[in-house]
Parts: sequence; C-alpha cells; structure tokens
Amino acid sequence: MGNFLLKRIIATIPVMIIVAIIVFTLIRLVPGDPAAVIAGNMATNEDIARIRTELGLDRSFLTQLGIWGKGLIMGDLGQSFFFKKDVVGLIGERLEPTMALAFLTIVITVLVAVPLGTLAAWRHGGWLDRALMGFSVLGFSIPVFVLGYLLVYFFSLKLDWFPVQGYKPFANGVGPWLHHLLLPAFTLSIVYVALIARVTRASVAEALTEDYVRTARAKGLPESRVLIKHALANAAVPIITVIGIGIALLIGGVVVTESVFSIPGLGTLTVDAVLARDFPVIQGVILFFAFLYVMVNLLVDVSYLILDPRIRY
Amino acid sequence: MTTPTTSAVLPPSPLVGEGLGERGSLDSGNTVAPHSTVPLSPTLPHEGGGGKGAVLSVRNLSVALPVGADRPFAADNISFDVKAGEILCLLGESGSGKSIISFAVMGLLPDNVRVSAGEIFLGDENLLTLSPAALRGKRGDDIAMVFQEPMTALNPVMTCGDQLDELLAEHTQLSAVERKAKTLAMFEAVKLPEPDRIFTSYPHQLSGGQRQRIMIAMALILEPKLLIADEPTTALDVTTQAEVLALIKTLQRERGTAVLFITHDMGVVAEIADRVVVLQNGKQVEAGSKDQVLRQPREAYTQMLIASVPGTEPPAEGIAHDGTALLSVVGLGKTYSSGGWFQKKRTTEAAKGVSFTLHPGETVGIVGESGSGKSTVARCITRLIDPTVGDMQLGSTRLDGVSRDSLKLARKRIQIIFQDPYRSLDPRQRVGEAIIEGPLNFGVSRTSAMARARELMNLVRLSPDVLSRYPNEFSGGQRQRISIARALALDPEVLICDEAVSALDVSVQAQVLKLLEEIQSQLNLAILFITHDLRVAAQICDRVLVMQRGEVVEQGTARDVFITPKHAYTQRLLASAPGRGFEFATQHIAVP
Repeated sequence: MGNFLLKRIIATIPVMIIVAIIVFTLIRLVPGDPAAVIAGNMATNEDIARIRTELGLDRSFLTQLGIWGKGLIMGDLGQSFFFKKDVVGLIGERLEPTMALAFLTIVITVLVAVPLGTLAAWRHGGWLDRALMGFSVLGFSIPVFVLGYLLVYFFSLKLDWFPVQGYKPFANGVGPWLHHLLLPAFTLSIVYVALIARVTRASVAEALTEDYVRTARAKGLPESRVLIKHALANAAVPIITVIGIGIALLIGGVVVTESVFSIPGLGTLTVDAVLARDFPVIQGVILFFAFLYVMVNLLVDVSYLILDPRIRY
Repeated sequence: MTTPTTSAVLPPSPLVGEGLGERGSLDSGNTVAPHSTVPLSPTLPHEGGGGKGAVLSVRNLSVALPVGADRPFAADNISFDVKAGEILCLLGESGSGKSIISFAVMGLLPDNVRVSAGEIFLGDENLLTLSPAALRGKRGDDIAMVFQEPMTALNPVMTCGDQLDELLAEHTQLSAVERKAKTLAMFEAVKLPEPDRIFTSYPHQLSGGQRQRIMIAMALILEPKLLIADEPTTALDVTTQAEVLALIKTLQRERGTAVLFITHDMGVVAEIADRVVVLQNGKQVEAGSKDQVLRQPREAYTQMLIASVPGTEPPAEGIAHDGTALLSVVGLGKTYSSGGWFQKKRTTEAAKGVSFTLHPGETVGIVGESGSGKSTVARCITRLIDPTVGDMQLGSTRLDGVSRDSLKLARKRIQIIFQDPYRSLDPRQRVGEAIIEGPLNFGVSRTSAMARARELMNLVRLSPDVLSRYPNEFSGGQRQRISIARALALDPEVLICDEAVSALDVSVQAQVLKLLEEIQSQLNLAILFITHDLRVAAQICDRVLVMQRGEVVEQGTARDVFITPKHAYTQRLLASAPGRGFEFATQHIAVP
C-alpha cells in the first residue's frame, strides 16, 4: 500500500507539468490583452505598452514560461495583475467557501443517494424505485442555475427560511455557516443525487442477484445486514467511482453556483480573473483544480484497495 | 412419457420411505433400517410413530411457476422424509425441480414462484405457516445450506472468519472471544490447514476445495437439525470431491444431522446416499433405498438415467491405430511469466514436455484435474495460444513456429468443440450463419455452404429447418449438436473436444457421445478428447494421457490406464471417482 501510494504520488508530477504548460499556452492563445484591460478605455498605446512591460508580457513566450515555471517549483504562482496580490494568497482566501460548499454538497449527496438507491434496488419495481427513477430524470434535466433561482425564490424570498445570498465563514460558528450554505449545497446536490442514486441502484440490484447474497439469507441474517454488509459492500466500487467523478464535476460546477448565490469562493475568483484577463490568477486556479482532480482520483484508487481485497496494484 | 409418479401409486399420506420399506427390506444390500409400517394419520403427518426421527417432512408439495412458463409447476406433488442421521438424495437432471424444493424448504424461493400446495415440516413445525421472522431465525441455525459454487457463494469482500462470526453473532449469545474460538475449532473440524490464517483470509485467497470447507464449516457450526447440500461437489475436482463427500458424511454421522443432498450425479448418489428420490420435470418418479433405486429401478426414467452412466472400465480393447500419425506433438511446453518492473518475475509452467500422436479414426483422451494443463495443450495445438517450446506436426504441415496467417489452411483441418454450449455460440447469430461462417471464410459459395449445413444438421440428428433459428431456442444438448455441426462444416481431419460433454445432463451426454462415435466412424475423424470425467474418458477413448501440473504422468491404452494404472496419481484419481465399485443396474436391465 505504501509503495503504491508513493508510486502514485510521484506519477502526479509529470501530469501537473503537462497541465501547467497547456494552461499557460492556451491562455496566451485566447484573444484579449490584459494590459489593455488594466489600462482602461482612455489609455494611449504608450500607456498599454508601459503596462505590458511592467507585467513582463513583452518578453518572449518561452522566457515568460521559464519565469513562471521557476516560481512554480518554489510554490509561487506569481502576482495577480488585477488584485496586485500573491496568487497563492488569493486562492487561500477564496478556498474556504468553495471547499465548504463542495464538501457539504457531497455529504448531502452521499447521505441521500446511497440509501435511496439501495432501498430502490431492494424493492425493485416498487413505488420508491419508480419515484426515484422519475426524480432522476427530473434532476438530470433541470439546469443548476434554473433550480437555484427557483429555490431562492421559494425558500428565501417567499418563506424567508434561508438568506438569499452570501457566505459566513466557518470561524463565525457552525449555525450561520450552515444557514448560508444549505440552500446552495442542496441545489448543487440534486443532479449528483440523481446520478449516484441511479448507479447505486443498478450496482446493488446486481449484487443482490449474486450467490453470496443467497448464502447470507440462508444464514438467517436480517435483511438490513444482507443489504449493507453483503450487497452494498460488494457494490461499493462502482459507486465510489461515480462519487469521485461527481466530486470532479462538482468543482467545475461551483463556478455557476457561486455566481447565483454570490459566494466569494474560487468560482467567483475564476470568473473575475477571466473577465479581467488576469493571467496569473487563471493559471493558478486551473492548476489548483487540476491538482484537486488528481488527488480525488488517487483517493478513489486507494479506496478500491480498501473496499475490495481482490484488487491489488 | 415415462412419468408415472410414486405419489400417484402410493396413497398420499404415508411417508415415501415407508411405502417402499417392504421392498427395501427384501433387498439384502439395503443399508436403511426397516421402517415401521404403521400408517400415519393423513391430517397429522408429522406426528405419530411412523414419523419418528423424521427431521424434515415434505408433504404433497407443489411449487407453482409464473404464468407463461414452460410448465405450470416447478415441483408437483412431492412427498418425502429425511430422518436424523440420514442422507436423502434428490436426484434429477436439469429442470427436474430439485433445487426449487430445497429453496422452498429454506423459504428462499424467488419472488415469482410460490408454494401452491402442501406442507413442509421441520420436526413438528410447519415451515410454510411460520412468520418470515421466525423462519429467518431457523435459517442458519436449525436448517443450514451448502451451495454448488464455492467460488461465488462466499462474500468476496469479507474475511472467512467474519462470515462465520456474523452467523454466530446472529444466532447465539456468545462473546466475541468465544465466537472466534468456536469458529477456529470448526475450521479445525473441517480439516482446514492453519485455521488462524484462514480466519483472516478472503475467499479468493483459498482454493475451491478450501472454500467449500468454509461453507461446510459455516453450515454445520451451529449443529443444525437439517443440512441441505445443493450439488456441493459438482464444481470441484474429483479428488477434492472425494474428500469433501467424505467430510460431509463424517460430520453428519458424528452429529446425527439429517441431510437433504441434491445432485445430478449417479456416482455421488452411490457414494453418499441412504435413500434416493428421483425427480423428472418437477414430478417425483421413484423413491427408495439407494440399493433399490440404483440396482433395481422400477421406473423407465430411472432405468434410462442409470443406463446412461458411463462405466469406469473401458468396454473393450480399443482398435490399435498404427501407421503414420496424423497429428504428432513432441515436447510441447507452455510457460507463462508474470511480474514486471517492480515485482519479482514469476513463471508458471502450464504444460511441459507433452508428447503424443493421433491417428485417423482414433480417439485420444487427455484427462486431468483443473490446472493440469489439458486445455493448454488443446489451445497450443489449435494455436489459439502460442506454445513456448515443442514441435507440432499435422500430416506434413508444421504447426509451431509458423505465423498465424500461414496457419489458415491448417486451421481448417483442426476444429474444436468447447465446453459450454450456452456461451460458445453467438446468441445474436442464427445457427445456420454460425455453421456456414467457417466455409464462407474459405471461399465456399453461400448456396453450397448452406446445402452442406443442411446435410450436417441431418448428421447430428437435428432438422435442417431450424437453421434459421437463434441459439436460445435450443436446449443444451441441441446446442452442442449444433457446435459439432459447426466444427464439421470445415471437413476437419482432427476434432478437439474440450470438455465437450461436461456441461450436459447424463442422458444427453450419452446421446452426444454416441453421436460423436458414429460420426467418427463415418468420417474417419481423429478425436482429441479433453475431459476431467474419468467415466466418459474410459468409454470413448482408445488411448489416454493423464496430466498433472502440466506434465503427462502416464499414457497408454484406455484399458491399461484405467484397469492397471501405474502412476500413483492415476491410481488416486481413479480411486476418487464417485461411486466407483458400486455396481449399477446398467448391465442387468434393458433400456426401454
């Protein structure tokens, strides 16, 4: 296991290098001059050229890449053009809301989807099963922003249960934190509940037809134990895989949700940085997301080892 | 049809064993103590002197299949008793309903089938009237079950120890320490090596035989009154089978357990049964003591079943086939190596130094247990895999060391029939298309290939009209006939049968073997017959190779190998064949 972890962690290094180069190149291929954006509408060509020199954008592509790469090795993502701040510090400031939202969403999703899917598989064709399937179709078809505004309209504006927007840091207490986060997290979780419940249902239904489930019943075990320890435990690998994919998609999804609920997280930072052509911030945020993806994948692979003793790398 | 049922012959109330008791007691070889002949009250069949010691009592049980099934009842008016310390075999071919009866007893019938009539008594409790919770309390405790597939019947993600532990936790008040001690003691009792290591092992780390021992340990640890064993040794090698059968018998004798033993294998019945109930298409055909049913069967169906069991001795000296060999294999070897950059390299010799010849019209058998390398040899000859070393020659054509492309013409001359007729035919291809596919590849016109396919269907005794059907419309035996027709479509000189009859019911097996023999003499085919079944090999082979761990340990004429085996492994293999030495009725009765 230790050996496997070490190998996998070393293997992330080339992945990150390739992502870094691609991100750096792509941004410079997109039309739009950061210097012009910073200089504003009234600026002269000289002003723009001066700003460009200040930012180092007048140097050759490879020189710029070299400077950025050197910084990266030292853990320095560069300076934001727009905020005039360290990119690492900037990501650090915006990290908590995004991570809190993603974490709460995943918790809600898993707590709802896995039991629901398991019960639906157990009572295959029953009312719960059919209701879940109907809900899935609905969950897949409604875009997050539509659902978000609908929920804000009912729960915040009409019923006044939740704040319309904003974020309270965790440090200010769990109550306010949860109060601000619950509605966005719930919104985000709908589509993942639909996805993961379906996968759970299919996977558990298949496990329930296996011989070892028959053995478990022949042992006189209660159905709850048959379902959880025998069917679900064997169905876990595909479910965990989809949860991993869900987390990856979710990190992309927060960009939209944070805009709808005005949460000052990485999503809003990304949108602002793109609009301002703030190259160092865009590069830094994308690199950070890529790193998260790689880590989530690693965690998923490690969980396979724990969940299924037959899997050995 | 030959299905007069015993229940129709006997009055419904007396125990089946009872009704046959008089007949049985006349038979000097009867191992069952004479039963009381006091008739039972039909209303209280579970009580009274006649039922004394009856642990399980099945009374006029009918299990209904869903509407639209091929027959209305999976089990139709079945009655039998199992007494303490007794082994009752339910004997039947596929579709006989034998497994359904065991699931009915366990209360584990699939959702779409249900008990439509009858009673099932465990002691004096009717299991069919118990609440689901009460029945669950009995499962694993009073009634335990061992299943056919030890590979899939254990939970792959739970340690073997935990799988027994949860059973004890559910049914006993023992502490965790006591449970572990009891489990380890039980592992010891089923003769598992290193119980401590097995306790923390996962099922995939154990062999098939060890897994079945785990199942038996799990079934017997709570000393159930009734053990249901559903084909518990069918998936095991013959030597392992002999050990597991002996184990079940010993433990059952020690503990006085009543055993309901389900099997299709007459040899196993001869080995283990006290009494036998023969089933066909859900109906009870015949019941009685082992000796009576196997030696003096009354019903035509039973007689046919027994006549189909191949004997363990070759019938006659095979014809000597001399002259030029059609296929000659010299020093064939196949080595697999695993491991790579980081792991230590490991090599496995799947076959090593295999040499033999095959003449036109001759049948050579390769017998061995799983992992002996017999299928590896077949696959090397057909070049489905490439041998590591060795020479293979078909007539004047070399088979080894040449590219796969240049083998195309040689492939036409060697055809193979696989074990599982349910998986070796493409389910989305009409059987006619499957048969002509090979000839079309070799440039035969569609019309003449189809004409040949019709001839072949006649040869394998199927109607040529069914060529446009799909494989799922055929039974296992019919599919294997189609597989034979498919193999013959290329006019091969060598036919390799890789466990070609192993998945078939014994009566169907007999027909297919007979068919193969006829086709062989008509076409002067050379047959390489690969099987784990010694009885089949003894009947069909002229010469036999015995393989163990990749090596040929003995080879010779079928009579030499089966009657005077020289190698210790061959002797052990033959001694393990179930029912060996039991004289079936085969020779004494004429099949109607």
